[in-house]
Amino acid sequence: MKFKSQKIAYHFFALSMLLLVLQIIYGFIMGFAHMGYDGLHELISFNTASATHKNLLVVWILSGFMGAAYYIIPDESDSELFSVPLAKLQFWSFAIVGVIAVAGFHVGWWEGRKFLEIPRPLDFLVAGNVILFLVIILMTLIKGKKSSTTAWVLTMGLVFAALLYLPGMIYFDNISVDSFFRWYVVHLWVEGVWELIMGGILAYLLIKITGVDREVIEKWLYVVVGLTFLSGILGTGHHYYYTGGPSYWLMIGGIFSALEPLAFLGMTVFAVQMYRKGNKKHPNKLALYWTLSTAIVSFLGAGLLGLAHTLPGVNMYTHGTLVTAMHGHLAFWGAYASLVLAIISYSMPLMTGRNIFDNRTGRLAFWCSNIGMFGMTGAFAAAGVAQVYLERIAGYDFMTVAKEIEPHFFVLILAATLFTVGIIYFIINFLKFGRPTDEALKSDEDFEALKAD
Amino acid sequence: MLSKQQAKVFFLGGTLLFLAIFVGMSVHSLMIGIPENTNDSDITEEVILGKQLWDENNCMGCHTLMGEGAYYAPELTRVYDRKGAEYIRTVLNAPNGWAPRGRNMVKYDLTAEEVEGLVAFFEWMNRADLNGFPPEPSIGN
Ligand code: HEM
Ligand code: HEM
Ligand SMILES: [Fe+2]
Repeated sequence: MKFKSQKIAYHFFALSMLLLVLQIIYGFIMGFAHMGYDGLHELISFNTASATHKNLLVVWILSGFMGAAYYIIPDESDSELFSVPLAKLQFWSFAIVGVIAVAGFHVGWWEGRKFLEIPRPLDFLVAGNVILFLVIILMTLIKGKKSSTTAWVLTMGLVFAALLYLPGMIYFDNISVDSFFRWYVVHLWVEGVWELIMGGILAYLLIKITGVDREVIEKWLYVVVGLTFLSGILGTGHHYYYTGGPSYWLMIGGIFSALEPLAFLGMTVFAVQMYRKGNKKHPNKLALYWTLSTAIVSFLGAGLLGLAHTLPGVNMYTHGTLVTAMHGHLAFWGAYASLVLAIISYSMPLMTGRNIFDNRTGRLAFWCSNIGMFGMTGAFAAAGVAQVYLERIAGYDFMTVAKEIEPHFFVLILAATLFTVGIIYFIINFLKFGRPTDEALKSDEDFEALKAD
Repeated sequence: MLSKQQAKVFFLGGTLLFLAIFVGMSVHSLMIGIPENTNDSDITEEVILGKQLWDENNCMGCHTLMGEGAYYAPELTRVYDRKGAEYIRTVLNAPNGWAPRGRNMVKYDLTAEEVEGLVAFFEWMNRADLNGFPPEPSIGN
């Protein structure tokens, strides 16, 4: 850590960990309900659990991104954060709005718009909070002594992510139009601007961990984010096939979304190549694991499993089935969840001065959570494919099929248990680090020296 | 080999070009395509009431409509055809909440007017042209 103000990132990472645990609990509630055990129905109905699971996911990932930005931007711009008290205010208001939103879901204060269930009055608070966050980040960059492509790509990703939230706040009487704009947020986030954030954070981690020359890494960063927008913007069309949009989206959405995996493949090749070119001297192996797994698993979950159902002929049958849930889990896990865990693993030793670089707990966390998530993906895949054949092709009634596929949810719960064990190990390590301290200042200078060869 | 400057031009140029095309297509979809496909002019006060109830109760947290939502309860785009208005009323008015095959739906206390709003909403949805979705089952029946 170069600057004291970077410590604020810790708050956001701790919040991420807490919300991740809650998200998993609601995942189990839904998994059991699918299996036929909905004992909590009166208290927490499925739609409450579902809104909570999805929003906690978005909020903990965003919290991780904010923490990452507070850690990375001072370093990249070579100056203290613009204002620590403002950053603290931003943190607490963010946490409070999050808590109110989640509590609201339990008493029916929500809107039925998947991933964007936060009601509109609260949306304004979210928007205000994000503006404060962006002001702090932008002021830091502007007054900083240096500026870097990595920092700007990351910041642009954050700015566009905030702007794209706005179309999701407009109300329409026609549900098809509502849904059209919902995808401006959801799709253009995960298959657009969040990839800028991902590219920026990955580039930063690779520069630090592999020691490869910044110019080379940043050149490839441009190529990757270029591919992202080239395919991802018109790729939005894969959500307009069957939701009331004109039929030209079948062609445009099909072609461009089928190109989207290229950006993720670019991310994989980029990270693996830089690792191979690098000097492999950095001691933080756990951060390296998570960085590489982000680059690889995002391609599998988002790229390959996305490609699997993105062509209109396939999507006609898989659209709105558990096949989508299969893809949603591995894509979010590989790309964004793992990314947040990577930056946490990298920055915590530098903020706390405790060198947990490669221990048994950390390795168990890595393997259990990844293997568990692959198992969950397999369970959703089996359930989803069965559902497609029975319901969409053979024409059985929804509930007949739901009963038939219950056993797959037992497998889901088993895999999810392994996954949860992994997350618990991760959190044990997180707690072992303790709190950040000023004594950890200058701690990364040791590693800077590793690069000089 | 590609220079960093060239890579930057590729990124900015590509993004602007495709953004412009996307905005153009969006405008067309919103002004002409979607209103036509969904019979926008048939959206009555009743349909709007139904849509608001769909929203307020987060029905999408269990069901899908136009294939969007959660996968715990049936797809409802064509429910009006499949089951008919009377069946929809029965489900919504079920005194102890609807529970087909042991899977519980949330119990709602809807007024008669609200039930009719939802029926009208489903009737409107039923007529939308969704490029062939949901597909006809190709075997069985
Ligand atoms: C990290 C990147 C990605 C994440 C986090 C992600 C996540 C998701 C999620 C959560 C959904 C369900 C959305 C909803 O119904 O509201 C979804 C749908 C979808 N995704 Fe992705 N995705 C990613 C990348 C991709 C890519 C690269 C492709 C294509 C190659 C793709 C293809 C699709 C398709 C076709 C659907 C619609 C499924 C349906 O019709 O029900 N995704 N994605
Ligand atoms: C123990 C862990 C978990 C379990 C048991 C679990 C289970 C579930 C279940 C049952 C659903 C609802 C499917 C439906 O609509 O009927 C769901 C939705 C979802 N979960 Fe999880 N989940 C877990 C962890 C996670 C994690 C770690 C992530 C992200 C990294 C995640 C992301 C999602 C997403 C994006 C959806 C919406 C998918 C869609 O509608 O297409 N879940 N989860
Ligand atoms: Fe998408």
